[in-house]
Amino acid sequence: MPASPDAPAELPAIDGWWSVDDSGEPHLLGARCPCCATYVFPPRERNCPNPACAADELQAVALSRRGTLWSYTENRYQPPPPYPQTDAFEPFAIAAVQLAEEGIIVLGKVVEGTLAADLKVGMEMELTTMPLYLGDDGVQHTVYAWKVAR
Amino acid sequence: MTETLPESLRSGPAEPVYILGAGMHPWGKWGRDFTEYGVSAARAALREAGVDWRQIQFIAGADTIRNGYPGFVAGATFAQKLGWTGIPVSSSYAACASGSQALQAARAQILAGLCDVALVVGADTTPKGFFAPVGGERRTDPDWQRFHLIGATNTVYFALLARRRMDLYGATPEDFAAVKVKNSRHGAHNPNARYRKETSIEDVLASPVVSDPLRLLDICATSDGAAALVIASRAFTEKHAGSTAGIPSVRAVSCATPNYPQHLPELPDIATDSTAVVAAPERVFKDHILDVAYAESGIGPEDLSLAEVYDLSTALELDWYEHLGLCPKGEAEMLLRTGATAIGGRIPVNPSGGLACFGEAIPAQAIAQVCELNWQLRGQAGGRQVEGANVGITANQGLFGHGSSVVVAR
Repeated sequence: MPASPDAPAELPAIDGWWSVDDSGEPHLLGARCPCCATYVFPPRERNCPNPACAADELQAVALSRRGTLWSYTENRYQPPPPYPQTDAFEPFAIAAVQLAEEGIIVLGKVVEGTLAADLKVGMEMELTTMPLYLGDDGVQHTVYAWKVAR
Repeated sequence: MTETLPESLRSGPAEPVYILGAGMHPWGKWGRDFTEYGVSAARAALREAGVDWRQIQFIAGADTIRNGYPGFVAGATFAQKLGWTGIPVSSSYAACASGSQALQAARAQILAGLCDVALVVGADTTPKGFFAPVGGERRTDPDWQRFHLIGATNTVYFALLARRRMDLYGATPEDFAAVKVKNSRHGAHNPNARYRKETSIEDVLASPVVSDPLRLLDICATSDGAAALVIASRAFTEKHAGSTAGIPSVRAVSCATPNYPQHLPELPDIATDSTAVVAAPERVFKDHILDVAYAESGIGPEDLSLAEVYDLSTALELDWYEHLGLCPKGEAEMLLRTGATAIGGRIPVNPSGGLACFGEAIPAQAIAQVCELNWQLRGQAGGRQVEGANVGITANQGLFGHGSSVVVAR
């Protein structure tokens, strides 16, 4: 099906997990409890996870763009669906990055061109976005991703 | 926070619950109806116990989610296949910990005085290849999210832990391979194991990388199989066997969940809890699972004759050494290299051969671990017997926060 002229060229593969700030830099969107101040990712609107807090409403908050590499791996085989399937699978790395201020470790894909051999626990990593799959409608679906910080 | 922790009002440890019989259907990739395996294991356990099915007062099934409705109501499914006798049933799902949840359900019935003798059964038939989430586009399900957005298969999570050991403690691929070599030597003597061929370091290192640094032979397969236990109260055991002397008994079952904040990556979550407001606990979730088992049983790591741990990957077995308190953090590779965890060593780990030799049959696996403790403690483990075994522990964890550890002693 050809894309209609006013269809977006790009869409996030999931809604509301990241946004791009005025300077064009992406950051993850989490949630924060207005009562106890703890953080939550992926974002949600309700239910503070802190057992000492009975708050039910959480507020959206932008998370730190940088963190340190907690661990990493490299997939050499194509993961099964619902991972988007392709005939031209190439190995890719996955990073678990610890955000210092939020005290959260977030897993994500690592950008193309960076594999396990390029990574080391403790490295500084930075958030970006990358293509995840090209939809049947011609729309490129993107996902947040980690890259080695400049 | 101490004053807000759940307070125990119990006066002492729970009574032992006795293992009268254990049974397994050999692990493999047979592709048959999972209930056939379950019935076969149940009948073997009943035979070993010398108990007739019609004497059983409660049946606890460990569920499989990959075999449709009969798998979701496993207790009833097995009861129907064995022949309805009118007894109550339970069916437990806790991923890899389903078997110990089922055991705990049956044990609690016995300890509460609601029944005297119970049957615990878990069985599975598994598809080929990577485990994938159940079907459908379920965009709010963390299991769907991790596969779709990241391709974070189960082996990815095992690999993250393995890489930590390499970068922090200097573990090598040869260390990981040595776990497989040890377990393959153990499993070669286990008639219920699926893989009974000795494996060399070279074999492991020559197998393809799946999720770096883990290779195909570092990672457990998925298998068909079944395991069952007949357990009973002290009174029933005395009447049935004349005495409880020498009969292995369950001293603790830990079904612990994490404490907040659960600050390490765990299946199937994409992110951890936050340590911004509540500091990370000193004892991580896997420590906590075993702390609970040790506390409930009054048994410590120094008392153990053997341990059956969930080696979903070779590297994960090394993590368990530390969570079990067999050695300080970062020293598991040293412990392995000394031979302490091989049969004949100070504290043999996975004398059954572990998941390395079985592959995982999810709802049966935690029960199979207890079967092995039972046979080891009875001195019936043949070529893989741990000399003088009298106390054993299992260590396991099911995704979505399910701890699983069972202490058996005689």
